[in-house]
Amino acid sequence: MRLTLRVWRQAGPDTPGRMARYEVADVSPDMSFLEVLDVLNEELTLRGEEPVAFDHDCREGICGACGVVVNGQAHGPERTTACQLHMRHFSDGDTIDVEPWRAAAFPVVKDLMVDRSALDRIVASGGYVTAPTGSAPEAHATPVPKEDAERAFENAACIGCGACVAACPNGSAMLFTAAKAEHLGALPQGRVEGDRRVLAMVETMDAEGFGGCTNTGACATACPKGIPLPSIAAMNRSFLSAARRAR
Amino acid sequence: MTSTPAPPEQAAYRVGAPLRDTAVPDGPLAERWDRRRFEARLVSPAARRRHTVIVVGTGLAGSAAGATLAEQGYRVEQFCFQDSPRRAHSIAAQGGINAAKNYRNDGDSVRRLFHDTVKGGDFRARESNVHRLAQVSAEIIDQCVAQGVPFAREYGGLLDTRSFGGAQVSRTFYARGQTGQQLLLGAYQALSRQIAAGTVTMHARTEMLDLVVIDGRARGIITRDLVNGRIDTYLADAVVLATGGYGNVFYLSTNAKNSNATAIWRAHRRGAHFANPCFTQIHPTCIPRSGEHQAKLTLMSESLRNDGRIWVPVTPGDARPAHEIPEDERDYYLERLYPAFGNLVPRDIASRAAKNVCDDGRGVGPGGQGVYLDFADALARLGRAAIEERYGNLFEMYERITGENPYEVPMRIYPAIHYTMGGLWVDYDLQTTVPGLFAIGEANFSDHGANRLGASALMQGLADGYFVLPPVLGDYLARLPRGAAWQVDEDHPAVREAMFAVTDRQYALLSNNGDRTADSFHRELGALLWDRCGMARDADGLRHALTRIPELREEFWRRVRVPGSGTEVNQSLERAGRIADHLELAELMCLDALHRAESCGGHFRTESRTEDGEAARRDEEFSYVAAWEFTGTGRPPVLHREQLAFDHVHPTRRSYA
Repeated sequence: MRLTLRVWRQAGPDTPGRMARYEVADVSPDMSFLEVLDVLNEELTLRGEEPVAFDHDCREGICGACGVVVNGQAHGPERTTACQLHMRHFSDGDTIDVEPWRAAAFPVVKDLMVDRSALDRIVASGGYVTAPTGSAPEAHATPVPKEDAERAFENAACIGCGACVAACPNGSAMLFTAAKAEHLGALPQGRVEGDRRVLAMVETMDAEGFGGCTNTGACATACPKGIPLPSIAAMNRSFLSAARRAR
Repeated sequence: MTSTPAPPEQAAYRVGAPLRDTAVPDGPLAERWDRRRFEARLVSPAARRRHTVIVVGTGLAGSAAGATLAEQGYRVEQFCFQDSPRRAHSIAAQGGINAAKNYRNDGDSVRRLFHDTVKGGDFRARESNVHRLAQVSAEIIDQCVAQGVPFAREYGGLLDTRSFGGAQVSRTFYARGQTGQQLLLGAYQALSRQIAAGTVTMHARTEMLDLVVIDGRARGIITRDLVNGRIDTYLADAVVLATGGYGNVFYLSTNAKNSNATAIWRAHRRGAHFANPCFTQIHPTCIPRSGEHQAKLTLMSESLRNDGRIWVPVTPGDARPAHEIPEDERDYYLERLYPAFGNLVPRDIASRAAKNVCDDGRGVGPGGQGVYLDFADALARLGRAAIEERYGNLFEMYERITGENPYEVPMRIYPAIHYTMGGLWVDYDLQTTVPGLFAIGEANFSDHGANRLGASALMQGLADGYFVLPPVLGDYLARLPRGAAWQVDEDHPAVREAMFAVTDRQYALLSNNGDRTADSFHRELGALLWDRCGMARDADGLRHALTRIPELREEFWRRVRVPGSGTEVNQSLERAGRIADHLELAELMCLDALHRAESCGGHFRTESRTEDGEAARRDEEFSYVAAWEFTGTGRPPVLHREQLAFDHVHPTRRSYA
């Protein structure tokens, strides 16, 4: 396959960016999207041009490092991560737009690379169970209903890639935050700190500059891990009752 | 100690003094860890905040260590090269974590887990360390459950377990096919809590490029900020490396693309011995590679072998689709050769068996480099819903990558480089040969021997980070000398020398206006290593590699091209630096593989095998850890042997028949 890539190039957070046009030949349908960027970068290097900076690591769809907007969609047309997006979903001769996540809370670092550390700060503000090492009770001391464990797992599957934020017209991190709140809130171990957790995480989320939720649902549609949209409603419920109790 | 006749390769290395001080406490095996903890000096809570500890890496071992040390009151400076500590490669581990809980009442115990792990490591691990690992395994599960790790559960609310390769009991705890992710998130959240509390200072997008050694002790690191290129010095009372393994030296592996050997290799150059570098684990259930473009390989959890049956056609060259091959023309070779363990034989055995049938011309798929992993029987027996529940995400992943639906056609799998059992040599206290430098998790060599059983790496990472390192590190800090001489600053000549070494190397890479990319060297080195030091090795092949690698290294420094500057994001520079290290490490791996003229675990020397073709260990000559001392690039290293004693699990031929 032969493709035309239009790639966002931006030297740094304070410099203006632009779309640059590149032709890539010999693309195999078995390649992943990132492997196409690898090929492009090898060519750019040999031509004496700067390669395109992009984040990636495990290339198995689990580390959450990669993330680009492909033809206007976070991670591209398939519901998966960019590293697991294969070129068999494109056609010979296609022109493909490649851009970074765009959100106020995710400043561009360089080219396709953005700073997602705001998500880490949301977790740090309360997304944990306070269980210092060595103080844990025997694992079977608290049985957890299978359904609760499954619900916790479903939300815990979030990889923190930020596609939900990139897809949201408001740049909201509600799905990410709700996933963490619901994961820990579904388990007896996490319930003790439930009120404090949800209040702190929502407060941090707002302070970091993420937008509000208007129930558009684009987040859940773009989420490569299928974090359920109703988790947001569940978090809103937890938040309201926690806020009432805190008053 | 047995005296080894001088091998013909003697000129390639020198033999140094044996390593005798392993810091293993005396006394009965089961009491050693208790005794060590009791004898360890304590640092009072008030004194702890005066100590700074550097932790490099945020995988299971690093995050667990950082969180625990900070909880105890130490000041922690923590580093990772990813944009977030949550992205460390531990996150990709799929299958599960072992623990001697005996929840199934199927005869498991600390002793049995210890026994299985020593045997699985083909008698090249240190007994005392492995026993301690088995002891703390049960505590790990308690800790993770308390953190909210959503392990799989039974309807009664209790934890579910499954069995894994190399074990006949069901001791593996799991969270669908994403156990590593869930365990890492648990550790990352514990670490995040400390970051918010200000006890851990987290430096993401920062890479360690050198170790600072002052008066014989590790006192700091030199780093590069991967965003603005700044080269910085961080000084501390101790340095902990939790930087993972070096499997990426092969280019194609199941490791994350950025996992690399730089931190441990540069520590090796500063005096830390490197142990058993040739011990590489090949994982049997990887998705076969599809073409030249491929940048990395994707693993399928070996838990699939619980229900999937592995087979190839009986007849070489049989090109019919799987469903057209009748039952009696299929060879379920693992079930035939190893009836007691069947498809659940350990990884090295399963990998070699796959290579053998493919070498016979019976491999399936493009290029004949694959075997079937077939779920037809399990689907008929358990129904699609049950299979989906157990392996759903793995099936989806397989379909996404290959475009084939494994509910309808059997998966194709092939072995791939997965985990490195070698690493920095550490004593019982996880301390390297440089005092004050500790190595934990995959970065050290200690617990796995020549092979690693499934579900044991997650166990080791968390054991080291949560439970083993904190007390022994405290003991080290409590014994430190005091007074003005202990204070060092960035003007110390050793710091300046390390800074100079780092900037000099960076300048050399950036100013070299060559005509080849760093990746092209990486691919060439990887292919050479896979051919000559991969699933099977022989003396001729290794000698060839030992001639070729120095040539390739010379060519690299002459022809590599690194665009851009050092004062900005420059991923080409990051990669080139790592590949320069790979080009040195690869030589040591081949030398180690050549000197170890026996087969054991993942190290299969074709000259050393039994009459029926299985790996033949030579315990009389090689029952030792090979710990290599660096003497200079391209110069003969010094071999220090740590003799291993097997007083509790007597070496027998590993048989899974």
